[in-house]
Amino acid sequence: MAAAEAAAPSEPKVTELGMLSIGLVAAGVIYLAASLPRRAALGPAVALLAAAAAVLALNVLLLARRPGFAWWRFRLVAGWMLLVYVVISGMIEYAFVYDKTRGAVLLVMTLLLAIFTLNVPLIAAFTVARFERESAQ
Amino acid sequence: MAVADHALPAHPAATQASSSTIVPLAGIPIVGVVLIGLVVAIQGNWTWPLAFYHVVGGGLWTGVDLFMGFVIGPIMRGLSIPARVELTKRLMPKMLLIMPTLVTMTLASGFQLARVNGMLSGHYSRHAWVVASMIVVAVMAVTALGLLQPANIAVLFELRKPAPNPAVVGKLMRRFMYAAAVTGAMQVATLVIMTRLAS
Repeated sequence: MAAAEAAAPSEPKVTELGMLSIGLVAAGVIYLAASLPRRAALGPAVALLAAAAAVLALNVLLLARRPGFAWWRFRLVAGWMLLVYVVISGMIEYAFVYDKTRGAVLLVMTLLLAIFTLNVPLIAAFTVARFERESAQ
Repeated sequence: MAVADHALPAHPAATQASSSTIVPLAGIPIVGVVLIGLVVAIQGNWTWPLAFYHVVGGGLWTGVDLFMGFVIGPIMRGLSIPARVELTKRLMPKMLLIMPTLVTMTLASGFQLARVNGMLSGHYSRHAWVVASMIVVAVMAVTALGLLQPANIAVLFELRKPAPNPAVVGKLMRRFMYAAAVTGAMQVATLVIMTRLAS
């Protein structure tokens, strides 16, 4: 156990912040979807979108300042994960359009989806890269 | 360094594992067929295929989560470290394909089914139950995407190394099993909601 802790420093809280950001995205999507086909007031959804974006930005900032991080591994995993989630998000976006979501609601949904798409590879790539031993070599 | 002291010695099996791919490529065509069928079902808005995808995907997703969290998890805790590593090596690549496929099948078909049947509308008499199901799914999604899937991928990368660190593998597998148990417990809530909606 001590070895695992030594291999994986606990800071920064990328996973926790990423999960918070995805949670805010989910709250925004549920708020909008729960009102279909009627159009919901966009204020709460925009507030959740802004909060999710702010948490994502903070997460990226904290990660970028981490010393001795295995960026080569992070880039490898994040790249492939991003490809997968761009395809998945593309399918979801198509479903939005197919189901006749339009205008400002579509814009907010798309931006929420974009934040989701960035968060998932960030968390996965961080989890893999933090266990790399590059920094110890 | 402490990590090196606990590392498993390199052996032929480990070397073989390190040369393999993270994702089992043979399974990708099967996933592709399943997803194409899903897209066709959604495009056609056909009730039976949508219900089929939703029920089959949801049933398997629930079963796998409960099995992983409450059966495989406790068994794994009782195994020796080399046995855990060997089990993990065989189990996790398959989970990397199975779980996202089941989740996509269930959620995409479920959302479209709800839309076609008018369950998303605020006028639907059990709309509150539909919203509750979305909240439960959101909790499961955050747990799966934040903990379960990253642990799955990270453990596969660790096992590809010539001398995987059992402590790291153990830590990641514990995280995977606990996350599976949480989503499994949430699945029970989903079962309550879904049977309420269907009755």
